[in-house]
Amino acid sequence: MSAVTETEAAAFVPADARRAGRMLNAAIIILLCVWVLLPIYLVLVNALSDPQTVTGWPKHFVPTFDLGSLSFFISYAGVLKALGNSVVVAVLTMVLSLGFGAPAGYALARFDFPGKGVFRLLVLMTRAFPLPLLALPLAVMFIRTGLDDSLFGLALVHTTLALPFSVLITASLFSGIPFELEEAAWTLGCTRLQAVRKVVLPLALPGIAASGVFAFVTSWNEVFAAAVLTIRNRTLTAFLIQSLDVSPLPLKFAGAAVLVLPALIFLFAVRKYLFSLWGIANR
Amino acid sequence: MATISIKGVQKSYGTFTALHGIDLEIADQEFLVLLGASGCGKTTLLRIVAGLNSPSRGSVKIGGNEVTHLPPRSRGISMVFQNYAVFPHLTVFENIAFGLRMQKLEKAEVERRVRRCAGLMHIEGLLERYSGQLSGGQRQRVAVARALAMEPSVLLMDEPLSNLDALLRLEMRAELKSVLQESRTTTVYVTHDQVEAMSLADRIAVMHGGHIVQVATPIEVYRNPATRFVGGFIGSPPMNFLPAEAVEGGWQVAGKRYEGPRADGLEFGIRPEDLEPAEAGFAGEVRVIEPLGAHQLVTMNVAGQLFRAVLDSDRRVSLGETLTLAPRPDRVRWFDTASGLAVAA
Repeated sequence: MSAVTETEAAAFVPADARRAGRMLNAAIIILLCVWVLLPIYLVLVNALSDPQTVTGWPKHFVPTFDLGSLSFFISYAGVLKALGNSVVVAVLTMVLSLGFGAPAGYALARFDFPGKGVFRLLVLMTRAFPLPLLALPLAVMFIRTGLDDSLFGLALVHTTLALPFSVLITASLFSGIPFELEEAAWTLGCTRLQAVRKVVLPLALPGIAASGVFAFVTSWNEVFAAAVLTIRNRTLTAFLIQSLDVSPLPLKFAGAAVLVLPALIFLFAVRKYLFSLWGIANR
Repeated sequence: MATISIKGVQKSYGTFTALHGIDLEIADQEFLVLLGASGCGKTTLLRIVAGLNSPSRGSVKIGGNEVTHLPPRSRGISMVFQNYAVFPHLTVFENIAFGLRMQKLEKAEVERRVRRCAGLMHIEGLLERYSGQLSGGQRQRVAVARALAMEPSVLLMDEPLSNLDALLRLEMRAELKSVLQESRTTTVYVTHDQVEAMSLADRIAVMHGGHIVQVATPIEVYRNPATRFVGGFIGSPPMNFLPAEAVEGGWQVAGKRYEGPRADGLEFGIRPEDLEPAEAGFAGEVRVIEPLGAHQLVTMNVAGQLFRAVLDSDRRVSLGETLTLAPRPDRVRWFDTASGLAVAA
């Protein structure tokens, strides 16, 4: 009923007012795109230019396609190891947060248990404490348990950061899959676990992948815990914050590019799944 | 092929009791329809037979085996769901084969059964499609084929036709009936649609407020409703009821005396099609006339009550006219005012 009146109302809006609305819409979209793309573009341009161009004046907006800065950065002692560490920690974080998050999300979506609402809230509350507040006690505990300066230990911390989102995203995914499908699987010979594996997981896969990427990127970008909890096994972010502060400008751009690119590529690879998570290409 | 025996099944959710001690015996190869308005507990009962819900009390036996605490997969049942529940990530072929693969049947046997059931439901041409590419009616066919492919001892159907449009429902109803008659599988079918129930059932179990109020053949349920509720629920338009007043040697109904059983208080019931124009009978002013082609539905005001009659289309009736209709004596039914139970004449 209200939809009808809305479309009727829209029909009476003057043409130029509608055009103005469209223009505003387009302006906002362009602004948001520039907001996101311009820094990335500047980073890439400067990373791909020779050092003289980067430090010189006037500024160039077309790269000179000089790989000098990048190759110097890559060959810089410790960078490749830090890059490898970052990947290991991010993958571990992804596996852990999906491994714990998806079952928790399933429980939230499918079962009514006492304290469900409180649990949902508490999951988010873990994000209410700033990491710097937790870092010191964590570091002490890690040293006591021998987890300090280990990639697994850091992945655990990153998992606590990524887990709330894994839980909530997968919960909404699972509750979007009709329970009737699972029941149908039970009547067709499945146990509860088989029904989840054969029916629910394949249907939730796009969203689970997106949630996994989110966990990966959360870990990839995390710098504080990484800097505090690792010494020899630095991740890329921790390594950069430690060494690039005192490096020349071209090298900073090269570091930023190396940091941004994997996250960008990963997100681009799963963009189809992200879209389906947002309901654009679902069903 | 199996009997179903339901004994004292009760289901409560907190303080709400959905089912009050249901007892029901379903014979081998019988087609039993659970009929009732929404919220009467019919779907809950079906789900308890399926093993999707467990009863708070009571037991369920299928083919003589106690299954009350067995999961759905161990009961030898298969089920057709209201929203079809066709797996969207599998082709039609894989949907129908799903249960067979779970049983680890040989590839050739899976292929044979899928083809046969797809043939039965006329969906041979759709086997490579996904459910997103199917219409509602086609999805329904897939759901039924998937259930039949299991060759279950009991087939359970939860309002399988309720999401189809009227014409398709009519077509699917006839098709279901012929397919199921051939397979001779014991079937429990839940619906709120009395026409569906009448046309499909060997026996109908009418449910109301968590009780089974009558279990009988369709024609028996129609002709001899066990309670006033059944008379008012089954039949379109439903049975007419008029208050009766005890008088010397019978009952006074809308100003006319009828012979009836002895009781404290009775209500008079008559089906709209069991009324004929006559010299003497119920006189009432015609309020609404609805020509329906084969016949016309006339709503009158008899003794302050709405009173419907189904009359021949050729009979001229005009609005405001006072019509006198006589009930067919053998079709008159009496109901106890207090309990609503039918009282034999």
